[in-house]
Amino acid sequence: MKTTSVMIVGVGGQGSLLASRLLGTLLTDEGYDVKVSEVHGMSQRGGSVVTYVRYGEKVYSPIVTEGECDYIISFEKLEAARYAGCLRKGGKIIVNTQEIDPMPVITGAAEYPANVLAELKSKGFDVDDFDALTPAMEAGSAKSVNIVLMGHFAKHTEIPKEKWLKALAKVVKPQFLDMNLKAFDLGYKG
Amino acid sequence: MKKLLIGNEAVARGLYNGGIGLVSSYPGTPSTEITEFLAKYDDIHSEWAPNEKVAMETAFGASLAGMRSVCAMKHVGLNVAADPLFTLSYTGITGGMVVCVADDPAMHSSQNEQDSRHYAIAAKVPMLEPSDSAEAYAFAKSAFELSEKYDTPVLLRMCTRIAHSQCVVDVGEREAVPMKDYVKQPSKYIMMPGYAKLRHPIVEERTEKLKALAEDCMYNKTEIAEGSEIGIITSGCSYLYVKEVFGDSVSVLKIGMPNPLPEKLIRDFAAKVKKLYVIEELDPIIENHVKTLGIEVTGKSLFSAIGEFSQKTIREAFLKEGVAISDIPEAQGEAPAVPGRPPMMCSGCPHRGMYYTLVKNKITVLGDIGCYTLGAVAPLNALDSTLCMGASVSGIHGFNAARGKETEKKTVAVIGDSTFMHSGMTGLVNIAYNATNSTVIILDNSITGMTGHQQNPTTGYNIKGDPAAAVNLEALCKALGINRVRVVDPYDLKACEEAVLEELAVEEPSVIISRRPCVLLKYVKPKKPLKVDMDKCRGCKKCMKMGCPSISFKEGKARIDNTLCVGCGVCSQLCAFGAIGGNEG
Repeated sequence: MKTTSVMIVGVGGQGSLLASRLLGTLLTDEGYDVKVSEVHGMSQRGGSVVTYVRYGEKVYSPIVTEGECDYIISFEKLEAARYAGCLRKGGKIIVNTQEIDPMPVITGAAEYPANVLAELKSKGFDVDDFDALTPAMEAGSAKSVNIVLMGHFAKHTEIPKEKWLKALAKVVKPQFLDMNLKAFDLGYKG
Repeated sequence: MKKLLIGNEAVARGLYNGGIGLVSSYPGTPSTEITEFLAKYDDIHSEWAPNEKVAMETAFGASLAGMRSVCAMKHVGLNVAADPLFTLSYTGITGGMVVCVADDPAMHSSQNEQDSRHYAIAAKVPMLEPSDSAEAYAFAKSAFELSEKYDTPVLLRMCTRIAHSQCVVDVGEREAVPMKDYVKQPSKYIMMPGYAKLRHPIVEERTEKLKALAEDCMYNKTEIAEGSEIGIITSGCSYLYVKEVFGDSVSVLKIGMPNPLPEKLIRDFAAKVKKLYVIEELDPIIENHVKTLGIEVTGKSLFSAIGEFSQKTIREAFLKEGVAISDIPEAQGEAPAVPGRPPMMCSGCPHRGMYYTLVKNKITVLGDIGCYTLGAVAPLNALDSTLCMGASVSGIHGFNAARGKETEKKTVAVIGDSTFMHSGMTGLVNIAYNATNSTVIILDNSITGMTGHQQNPTTGYNIKGDPAAAVNLEALCKALGINRVRVVDPYDLKACEEAVLEELAVEEPSVIISRRPCVLLKYVKPKKPLKVDMDKCRGCKKCMKMGCPSISFKEGKARIDNTLCVGCGVCSQLCAFGAIGGNEG
């Protein structure tokens, strides 16, 4: 089988490591060969972060380069655009419509591109944009945006929902499980 | 049992199963998690040392005592620990000893891109280099036996991609390894000239034995593709990229032991192929070795010595060589140009108030290594230099010695609490002893921040989170010869400014401890977010000068993002119109 490549992108601090741990655990349990490449250290401090997840029968490289990505899951609008060049022809972008100003916008050196998703769509990108922040708040915390998004992504995979929920129970702390199950569900429905 | 592990956890698990008894390390991306994972085992001794030299010497002591020991560090940490390493090569070990070193090609979180393989060659010790977590586990587990069999410390080289990538690992159980007896061996362990002269020939003999091992061992393997004219010698993550592009269609010699390198294995491999390439990140170590064997090879003329590779690097290089590549990816389209998103200090970061004070007063700032290096970016642009751990304190002394009164009144050094413990103290002694009127600011956020919150000798806790002796920084600085030592709260801008201006004015060395714990620490409870009173805000943008990510400017007024703001109140002190508040009480 062909290797499937997923990129989880966002802003340092948004919880992309938990999202990739969920996906990695699920895919390992499903019996795939899996590689996940994370970012630790300096760029996590509010910078642009990217995590690669690749799975299939035999996966060699842990990273994803231009034109190789099947799914980009973006926690923030601008970041979806930043990595769009990695999407293969026919790939899909799933993006939270939340906007987080990067420092060049805060200092006035640049403007937040207002119509960036419309621009992507006009170029033929398949973009599934939705607001993950509101359901995350509804679930109990803005921090559950990551799980809302993974719930939304789960619809695009062939793996049944109950297997996702089983993996979720493995990766989140018991005291946060209910909140995350709710977040996942809201994302799945959204 | 099959588990998905990051490379560093796989190393930790391999070392644990291989019989480790002690680990002593200083945190450094991308090596930190090796020690963090080891610290979860209660049947071994684990600790954060003040720096890498202390860590390696602690591991040496444990090895001398007969225990299998480890120290882990990032590439630049090995510079600090180079002194014990070079002579440990002479003494050899008693209990097996493994030195984990993690390189950072592409400098995701580092100040340079040095290649640690040079150390293995220079210190004449064997080095292992895995390609993924499964190998990281296997190589780490085997390293103690290698160390004991050849009486040498063993370097285990990781890099960012392998350290922080997860893959499926089949993990076994821990083997109980009894400690060896301690026997006094002066000629082996006292490295004064008479004895060291006896040890050097042993080192050279050992290298010859290790070279023989390199010809036939679990670390180096040949994969011959019948009918292929191309042969690639590669190592580390480059191996993965080669396999991603070519699968089994080219011949590969995978090097898992970059020092010492084999000779016959390479000659035999080269003889089987028509065109030979070496693909290795950073410096041409394998390539130069192949060339000294008189074998024609293409390496750095095609593959850069800078940064990380990927499958794309390999594809593009071979297309340039006229080699057919199947499955060239086709992108949906080009990404639109968007503003960059560099890392920055967090909302409510205690360093920000002190940096704002320094920038406002146009102070020259010699910086150091840590989260506070982010004071260098816009809009603060607060730093003038950052070199290595401790260089702010030693550096300001030289700077002031060179320029005297002209700069003493308007220059400071800034250094974090952990970095001060690591390498700042000796520089401060030099300021006192050789007498420049230098001002050092210790940015004490009560944790080792950038590497992800490790305890250090100032925090009062050890690696397990248990209470430990805490260094009293005020008393320490005084004991080192600095009479003027004062503490300020960096959330209090007025107090910061008073302290900085007064200490710069005096005709003697001084230390300002800018003290407030990192806002990301669990025990630090955020205050309610602040609000901008739209009627009072004049849109002067003064609050934006300190570069807080919570504050943005929309429709002529400042706005505060209530999901990010932790209510530190520094911005409200900057506002001349009393427009920021709302979290009192």
